[in-house]
Amino acid sequence: MSTGIISTEERERLNHDEAGLIVMGGPDALENHAFADWFRQLQFEGWESFQQLPMPARTDEAWRFASVKSLDISAYSRPLPVPDATQSELIERSVALHDVAGRMVFANDQLLKREILSDTLRSKGVIFEPIEKAVTEHADIFRSHFMTQDVVLGSKKFAALHKAWVKSGTFLYIPRDLEVELPIEIYHWLHGDGGSTFPHTLLIAGENSRVTLVDYFESTDENASGFACGVNDLFLERGAKLTYVNVQNWSRKTLALQINSTVVGRDANAVSMNVNLGASYARSESVSRLVGEGGRSDMLAVSVAEGEQEFDQRTLQDHQQPNTASDLLYKNSLADKARTIFAGLIRVEPHAHKTDAYQKVRNLLLSDDAEANSMPGLEILADEVRCTHGATSGQIDEEELYYMLSRGLTRQLAQQLIVFGFLNEVIERVDNDAIGEHLAARLHRKFA
Amino acid sequence: MATETTIDIDRSIGDFSYPEQHTFDAGIGLTRDTVNYISDVKNDPDWVREFRLKALEVFESKPLPTHWASKDLEAIDFQKIRYYLANGQRATRSWDEVPEDVKRTFERLGIPEQERKFLAGVEAQFDSEAVYSNIKKAVGEQGVIFVGSTEGLKEHPEIFRKWFGKVIPTGDNKFSALNSAVFSGGSFIYVPPGVKVKHPLQAYFRINAENFGQFERTLIIADEGSEVMYMEGCTAPKFETATLHSAVVELVAMKGAKIQYITVQNWSANVFNLVTKRGLAHEEAEIKWIDCNIGSRLTMKYPGVVMKGRKARGEVISIALAGDGQHQDTGAKMVHAADETTSNIISKSISIGKGRATYRGLVHVPKHLKNCKNNTECDALLINSTSRTDTYPAITVRGTGNAVQHEASVSQVSAEQIFYMMQRGLTEGQAMSLSVNGFVNDLVRQFPMEYSVELKRLIDLEMEGSVG
Repeated sequence: MSTGIISTEERERLNHDEAGLIVMGGPDALENHAFADWFRQLQFEGWESFQQLPMPARTDEAWRFASVKSLDISAYSRPLPVPDATQSELIERSVALHDVAGRMVFANDQLLKREILSDTLRSKGVIFEPIEKAVTEHADIFRSHFMTQDVVLGSKKFAALHKAWVKSGTFLYIPRDLEVELPIEIYHWLHGDGGSTFPHTLLIAGENSRVTLVDYFESTDENASGFACGVNDLFLERGAKLTYVNVQNWSRKTLALQINSTVVGRDANAVSMNVNLGASYARSESVSRLVGEGGRSDMLAVSVAEGEQEFDQRTLQDHQQPNTASDLLYKNSLADKARTIFAGLIRVEPHAHKTDAYQKVRNLLLSDDAEANSMPGLEILADEVRCTHGATSGQIDEEELYYMLSRGLTRQLAQQLIVFGFLNEVIERVDNDAIGEHLAARLHRKFA
Repeated sequence: MATETTIDIDRSIGDFSYPEQHTFDAGIGLTRDTVNYISDVKNDPDWVREFRLKALEVFESKPLPTHWASKDLEAIDFQKIRYYLANGQRATRSWDEVPEDVKRTFERLGIPEQERKFLAGVEAQFDSEAVYSNIKKAVGEQGVIFVGSTEGLKEHPEIFRKWFGKVIPTGDNKFSALNSAVFSGGSFIYVPPGVKVKHPLQAYFRINAENFGQFERTLIIADEGSEVMYMEGCTAPKFETATLHSAVVELVAMKGAKIQYITVQNWSANVFNLVTKRGLAHEEAEIKWIDCNIGSRLTMKYPGVVMKGRKARGEVISIALAGDGQHQDTGAKMVHAADETTSNIISKSISIGKGRATYRGLVHVPKHLKNCKNNTECDALLINSTSRTDTYPAITVRGTGNAVQHEASVSQVSAEQIFYMMQRGLTEGQAMSLSVNGFVNDLVRQFPMEYSVELKRLIDLEMEGSVG
């Protein structure tokens, strides 16, 4: 059992890490022989950089306005196996959309179920596998895409931790010209108090292919604390079309980070949306890299913040090639003592002429104790561009509310309707009725 | 305009320098001795000396803000700068007493004799000390105090001390600390209640010695219901080594008062211009900064207004022209600290050649305030394919009942427009100049006449070299 990666002493130390805390021992995958050497090597590198990199500080520009003190992850334990009874219960609960092409269910980074329901997904060349299988069976294509994107929006340390601990997740490859009509949905459950999870999604949409993927993030116990540190990397090859939705609904005691890269090739078209409902502190870092002419990325987000929730959203629209387009729309509704942070940057690299980039964040404040921070940024290094951004913060229009009250609606209901209408504008941009209906139901549930 | 063009802007315009002698010279570098020397020469009261020495400690303890600001700041060698230089002349009051070479400098600045008469009062700063101070009779009769800051702190300590360092504390940032340690020159203005100063008060600043930094300190207090307009313009001779300019300007508008502060900054392209400007607006008071940045190597300046009283109003109108090798990092800060306060920021920038214009803004609406409004508009114009522009606003809004909106856009001069004008017989440079002047025209119109004329000339000068 020579691994050649770590010394005997080091392994000894890892094995005797009695607490099982994620920040204490190295990745247990080091001892997991299901993984190939090169993957274990990557994990070890991840662990090393995690230890070397500093924790975010209040003065880091990438963490401005964020409550960095809430990032203490020292007490969370490594993902533990889920009991059998819970497993079957979770499988049953893991249905959001009626008609899907395929589905995977994970709990604490362990695959519980994988279903392939449509014939398209059975087509030749499609790969729809958990990561542990992709590592060995599709090593070349997996390896050339896995964790290859530079983390530029602040969470390098957490991306390193993810790399160290990741042990499952989705690998989806759609071969060229294949169109998968129905959405694919993936559930990621976090089970147990004080546990952790490192969900991973790696998607490659081949030339002129088309696919829709939805990731759901859920806790089994609404009162359990937890730490979630996920990565989703999406690659669109020439002419590919992707719709990606990320529904974050962790328990209200969860500290969550989600690091995304969407790489948009020539004439490809990505629509991605983040929905923030759960967690105590949730940070999302979303990067769209437009690396081929004619590429377009629509970046959307809907956040319903209440109680003492803090949603910290950082984005980058990175225009590396001419004639690329991006359009960002983030909407936040804030109740109670909620806080939101939006920091977005449109970057137009030199020579990325004829860029068309748009960025808009809108905050709807429903309470005097809520706080919305907006930092919409532009860095333009080319000319012949059309770039605009806007940020607004306001509240419900009293006249609109009065009108609804005069029609006999209760104040609470009127307010819910207005907030829903405000957020629904973003959901409609996804242009998928089934997903839209599901998300609308989710929002109503959170309002209730 | 996607083609690479070689830019050759004539920067010799405004470059002139005459031999000079200085009786007082604090030498090169910054230590406690330097600060003590300045205090000795200026015959500072004890509290000022203590204030300076404490500020030096703050300056030394603060790191450069390169975690968000330009790394170019690292090019400043604080130990190679001369912090105080003066010929020991007292402020003179008649034009005849002004040295001949200084008069020549004014001539080159293009201020015609006739126009000078219109200037309400000229506080001409030649190096660190005011050598010429002319308060128009009428202004003096109204009870307005318009003197150098050194004179102000000695002769009017009861007003000066009450507000000095209160709007911008020493520790606000590294450069406000530096200014607090070594400041000399600048203006002190007090406008008594109800007095409306008809003519703008004006001061010209110049840098005229190599390695010599200017650290003006200006404090303007407009008492209840008064109104005053202050204008500040700078042009500096060209030197071979970097020069540092770090001013602190504090404005206090009491209840119902109005202050307008106008700056046209045209330092030569080797100057680091790191300035802190902030105003405190009490109830129903209004503070307006009109800020135009054309020169310098790196300017970092974000004029701010703290709206402390109900219905106070803050405004920043900003024009930045970033030519080759220049970085104009400018913007505004609006801190709403009372109900029904309103603020407005309009920023227009033009980036030419390899120039970089950055807008950095801060809007803060804290908890439990009602009916506060902010409007921010930033427009950037890119002239060449190598030009760069950035926008970094930070907006915090707490609670309901307030409306804040920010909008920014980036565009370029349309090729069709230029083509059209050239068909009509204009050169490409003239056409470009016309387009750019059109882009900023609505803001330039807000400047007093002589400034808007000067501004137009400066834009023409810049644009002449921008097309190749």
